[in-house]
Amino acid sequence: MSEPHLSEAELQAFVDGRLDAPRRAAVEAWLAGHPEDAERVADYRRIAQALRAAFDPVLDEPVPQRLTRTPGAGRAWPRYAAVAGWIALGAALGAVTTWQWRDTPRPSAAAVDMGSTMARRAALAHATYSPEVRHPVEVGADQEAHLVAWLSKRLGTPVQPPKLDAIGYSLMGGRLLPGDNGPVAHFMYQCTKGTRVTLYLRAGANESRETAFRYAEERNVRVFYWIDRKFGYAISSADISRDDLYKVANTVYQQFNP
Amino acid sequence: MSEAQRLVELIPRLRRYARALVGDRAAADDLVQDTLERAWTKLHLYRRGTDLRAWLFTVMHNVHVNRIRALRPSEALDEDLLEQSQHAPQADALVMRDLDRAIARLPEDQRAVLLLVVLEEMSYEEVAQTLDVPIGTVMSRLSRAREKLRLMMFGPSATAKLKVVK
Repeated sequence: MSEPHLSEAELQAFVDGRLDAPRRAAVEAWLAGHPEDAERVADYRRIAQALRAAFDPVLDEPVPQRLTRTPGAGRAWPRYAAVAGWIALGAALGAVTTWQWRDTPRPSAAAVDMGSTMARRAALAHATYSPEVRHPVEVGADQEAHLVAWLSKRLGTPVQPPKLDAIGYSLMGGRLLPGDNGPVAHFMYQCTKGTRVTLYLRAGANESRETAFRYAEERNVRVFYWIDRKFGYAISSADISRDDLYKVANTVYQQFNP
Repeated sequence: MSEAQRLVELIPRLRRYARALVGDRAAADDLVQDTLERAWTKLHLYRRGTDLRAWLFTVMHNVHVNRIRALRPSEALDEDLLEQSQHAPQADALVMRDLDRAIARLPEDQRAVLLLVVLEEMSYEEVAQTLDVPIGTVMSRLSRAREKLRLMMFGPSATAKLKVVK
């Protein structure tokens, strides 16, 4: 061998940490003199990191029941399959969020009107998640008990998605969002035509404040919102009329104030 | 521990791989469900003492490939989309979304290799065994997958000065 050469396979194995010490040292020496290869290694490792950050949380999700049953045989798989999935519950879910404030500057604390801030955030959340085909919700309605337990824990107070089946909307599931005053619960509903409505539920409102229904529009999203005791509520939709949305809001209100 | 118990313990890993492979949560769990149903009926064919994880991921791979063949004729990397992604990522959230899309644009066989290496941390030999391809193929797919992802996520400027990777 007249000239040392780094093979592609060797570089890949280096990225993956699969080389023994002498070969690793040889690759490191090569990279020191070849910055373009060194950049590739760095980029490949960033990609690997991003992949793990994006998908490792799946390991901690509860396993859906349908996956823990044997087909046809009618006998249940070992119960600990479900248990194993629940163990690390919620820990990782809060860690990664793709929520982002784009072109919406945070208003100064003094200028914050809690209601309108909430309405805007609710509209943005609706605009962001309701068109989503792949991940409309973080936890589906098939795991409603888990959803309720998780969001209640993160909001620090019991929360419950209202039942809107009577007016034609079934719960799809929910997710956790960052709010201006701690975590926010976000529930999504869908009617048979596919129209989606979301409920933005914020805890920690000032107890002395209550408001009537208010209405806002933000980027084609209609929002009815109100503050009642310790919760702020915002019902959003881009697809139904103001009157229809009012009916939904009213139903939600009545369920929380029987 | 019985094979059935070990198989059940591998479900979260199947779900992680499936999620990265097909993207959509429900579709990924459908794939896992089909895989488990098949694995459950074929478990008597599994040879004790061999790698159950590789066996199970092979089952998933075969189920996945069959489903793709049933759904669409072929899948190819869209070079136009590659060229559109010239911006640099500005925040972690953006990286995540770009990553999601970029993975979806990788050719199936390259995506599978990359995910088994990075997420499952399989050895190259295990990947070759799981996907039933020669190890040289594993290495070339891994290399191509990484370079394509890099181009999609970090833009052509990152790769402009490089020779073509074989």
